[in-house]
Amino acid sequence: MSLVRTHDLAGGYTPGRDAIEGVSFALEAGEMAGILGPNGGGKTTLFRALLGELPQRRGTVELAGSPAYVPQTDHARLDFPVSALDVALMGAYRRTPFYRRLGRGERATAEAALERVGLADRARVRFGTLSGGQRQRVLIARALVQDARVLLLDEPLSGVDAPSAVRIESVLAELRGEGRALLVATHDVEQARRFERVLCLHRRQIAFGAPAEVLTAPVLQETYGDELVVLEGGRAAVNVGHHHH
Amino acid sequence: MLAWLTDPFQNGFTQRALLEVLVLALACGPLGVWILLYRQSYAAESISHGMLPGLVLAALAGVPLVVGAGGGVLFAAAAIALAGRDERLGGDSGVAVAVSALFGLGALLALSPEAPPRLQELLFGDLLGTSLGDIAAAAVLAVVVAGALAFAHRRLAASAFDRSAARSLGAEPARWELVLLVLLAVATTAAAPALGSLLLVALIVAPGAAALRLAGRLPAALAAAAGIAALAGVAGLVLSYHLGIAAGASVALCAAALAGAAQLRHA
Repeated sequence: MSLVRTHDLAGGYTPGRDAIEGVSFALEAGEMAGILGPNGGGKTTLFRALLGELPQRRGTVELAGSPAYVPQTDHARLDFPVSALDVALMGAYRRTPFYRRLGRGERATAEAALERVGLADRARVRFGTLSGGQRQRVLIARALVQDARVLLLDEPLSGVDAPSAVRIESVLAELRGEGRALLVATHDVEQARRFERVLCLHRRQIAFGAPAEVLTAPVLQETYGDELVVLEGGRAAVNVGHHHH
Repeated sequence: MLAWLTDPFQNGFTQRALLEVLVLALACGPLGVWILLYRQSYAAESISHGMLPGLVLAALAGVPLVVGAGGGVLFAAAAIALAGRDERLGGDSGVAVAVSALFGLGALLALSPEAPPRLQELLFGDLLGTSLGDIAAAAVLAVVVAGALAFAHRRLAASAFDRSAARSLGAEPARWELVLLVLLAVATTAAAPALGSLLLVALIVAPGAAALRLAGRLPAALAAAAGIAALAGVAGLVLSYHLGIAAGASVALCAAALAGAAQLRHA
């Protein structure tokens, strides 16, 4: 069963200027897709379209419930007076009526989510004082509390420390095993080879399919253009030295 | 020492002033925390300064200042919104031009021969002249602000903390930003008769700044801001009595001093 399905999805931020076009793909339960593309290629725009936030949107989007979104950690306010547990609890906001206090059940769920990402002992620590990798794991814990069937993750391994990367990859594998669908924006071509599907995006959909079929030199060249660097042995890498958000 | 603290409140007019600042502290303190978290301090100052024409017109017409403050805030908010969107001027420049123009218009009206000699009261408020009616009006508006902040707490938090993920958490950032500005307008209306167009912003922004320095978590910051605003009100009235200085200015200076002390304590 498809948990995410788009057909001829297009749109952008101002009328008549599409940031993405021709995006058609489907993701089944338990599948993880890597979204590859250069800076400004439309990865974040695609997420905003799936979240229903794109001002101009055409085509169709079908989603199994509201997706959980894990942004890059630098999008969250470091000066905000919240603990790691407070942030994880935000995952329960959508399903909790405004007149009801967050109770023991939600608190236990949030604590369990922090435990799952290896941060149970940091629950009371202020979010802004955690390391980048720990903050990323807290944002993933928040998505776990949301309990969404579809998760959108924007470069979850970008700039995180090695222990955090190991833990995040392990949690993503567990989520896949639970039958959720995951879309992961990444610059890491080698990481994308480990996913079930890859979507190559450069303002339009270049290719979508299994990594072995999609991650070919011509497709990567068309996706990345001058940002593509071919390493010894024919492996591809992407120059992300001028990464802006 | 106790007498030094209680002596100022032996009179009916200082008791009413005390009640007024305590009522305002309930709304202005927590609101200030949100204003700072949403980085809307400039909007707070702009709206309070831009409402001067409304206050002057109310004084000319002989209607309660709170009515003029309400009308002035609405007009100022509309003018600021329009000017801020004018791409020829640019966001902040447009707001600055609109606020200066409104303030100039207010001064022009206030200094006309027909105007009663109340410009000082309109600019700096008349805290010691607070009536029971003023307190009742401020109480209603303060309860509206405090209640709405409690109602919107989780949505406001999600939008301010992580705007990019707010919608997936059930919050619409643009909507809650607008709600916050409406509440700012209501609080400004409530505080205008007591603290005037120029001083009221101190009771909103300064306690919030102090509380965010001292408190590690949001609920504590909101409670601390209300407490600090109340402390500034009480301290301001006590110092005003003993030093013979203007009450509204004294309250504003105490709020600013507490904000400054909080920055030093945490440095």
